[in-house]
Amino acid sequence: MARITASLYTSHIPAVGAAFDLGKTKEDYWKPVFAGYDFDKQWMKAHKPDVIVAVYNDHATAFSLAMIPTFAIMTGPEFNPADEGYGARPVPKVVGDPELASHIASEVIQQDFDLTMVNEIDVDHGLTVPLSCVFGEVKEWPCKVIPFAVNVVQHPVPSGARCLALGRAIGKAIESYPEDINVQVWGTGGMSHQLQGPRAGLINREWDNAFLDRLIDDPAGLSQMPNIEYVREAGSEGIELVMWLVARGAMADVVDHGPKPKVAHRFYHVPASNTAVGHLILENVG
Amino acid sequence: MAADKPYADIPGTTIFDADQSRKGYWLNQFCMSLMKAENRARFKANERLYLDEWKMTEDQKQAVLARDLNRCIELGGNIYFLAKIGATDGKSFQQMAGSMTGMTEQEYRDMMIKGGRKIDGNRRIGEHGDAQRPRKA
Repeated sequence: MARITASLYTSHIPAVGAAFDLGKTKEDYWKPVFAGYDFDKQWMKAHKPDVIVAVYNDHATAFSLAMIPTFAIMTGPEFNPADEGYGARPVPKVVGDPELASHIASEVIQQDFDLTMVNEIDVDHGLTVPLSCVFGEVKEWPCKVIPFAVNVVQHPVPSGARCLALGRAIGKAIESYPEDINVQVWGTGGMSHQLQGPRAGLINREWDNAFLDRLIDDPAGLSQMPNIEYVREAGSEGIELVMWLVARGAMADVVDHGPKPKVAHRFYHVPASNTAVGHLILENVG
Repeated sequence: MAADKPYADIPGTTIFDADQSRKGYWLNQFCMSLMKAENRARFKANERLYLDEWKMTEDQKQAVLARDLNRCIELGGNIYFLAKIGATDGKSFQQMAGSMTGMTEQEYRDMMIKGGRKIDGNRRIGEHGDAQRPRKA
């Protein structure tokens, strides 16, 4: 049977992707950002997944105001990096897993989460920047990736509680998949940042670190935090952090009262462009 | 519509809710059109002419022509959509965000390197942080 071996959490800042693509990773400004992902390269040697379910948000790239699904799972075979106005990122196309994605969609919808199913979509920096950070410069991504989009652009966006429960449903769905594969669930976005208005540039280091603590130790309690607190304390775009709760919900302690996960890696750095960079890897144990 | 908006008291911040989305529908959809190279070229060749093809208000068009992102947001724009204008102009997200703060590009960049804008005084309108809008007389 399929098993979820780990979850991974990371910001998905577009400027980090640009720095990566332009070969600036060794510059003084960017070095400490990318250093936070050095650990991943070694860790991935022992923990390479067969499939990643990557929770991210589309930034008015594929979803305009014409249609905005709250939750969308990508069931297609492959997805190209999007041109977000600067030309497409020169990174490999994302190869999906239509069989597992359809299984998750079917199981999760039957657990009363009304997912949208998407077969054709270009994926933006929200998805490709985490892949670059974790895997570095590669000719092809080393595993299949199922993109899973959450609306955090037009309010109301789903609550933390809903995201955690969704993660739990995804976890159950993966556990019931008959193939013997390793799956990771990733949550991306955040941490504190605001990109608009006179309050742009907001960073809340204390709040971010408390969020990381609670995500590790008390996901159920954290999931009760109302969306207004994310926006007020972590900036209007800090609301992206609700997506981390989807990944957290798929871990064994939430899915079926299993043991608490092990913290394999934790990293925090300010700034990357307008944003606080957070990164966490949790392993299921036993 | 008298929906409860608990986020209305956050200073220097506009939450992109259904009301803003309705107001800014064509402004944002115009921005989306700039994701195609041919549209960027047409827009750059004659901005006014290109804007007149869209069902935007005159105020929205003027705000775009002036690259006044705060005004665009007030008129229903969302930053992820407006970012397509910035991309067309060759601006980074940091330049766009900074342009809304009243700071110079260098001042904004320096603030970020020093740890970003502080939360204290910037949680609610009426506090004394640096993101408060000028008080109306």
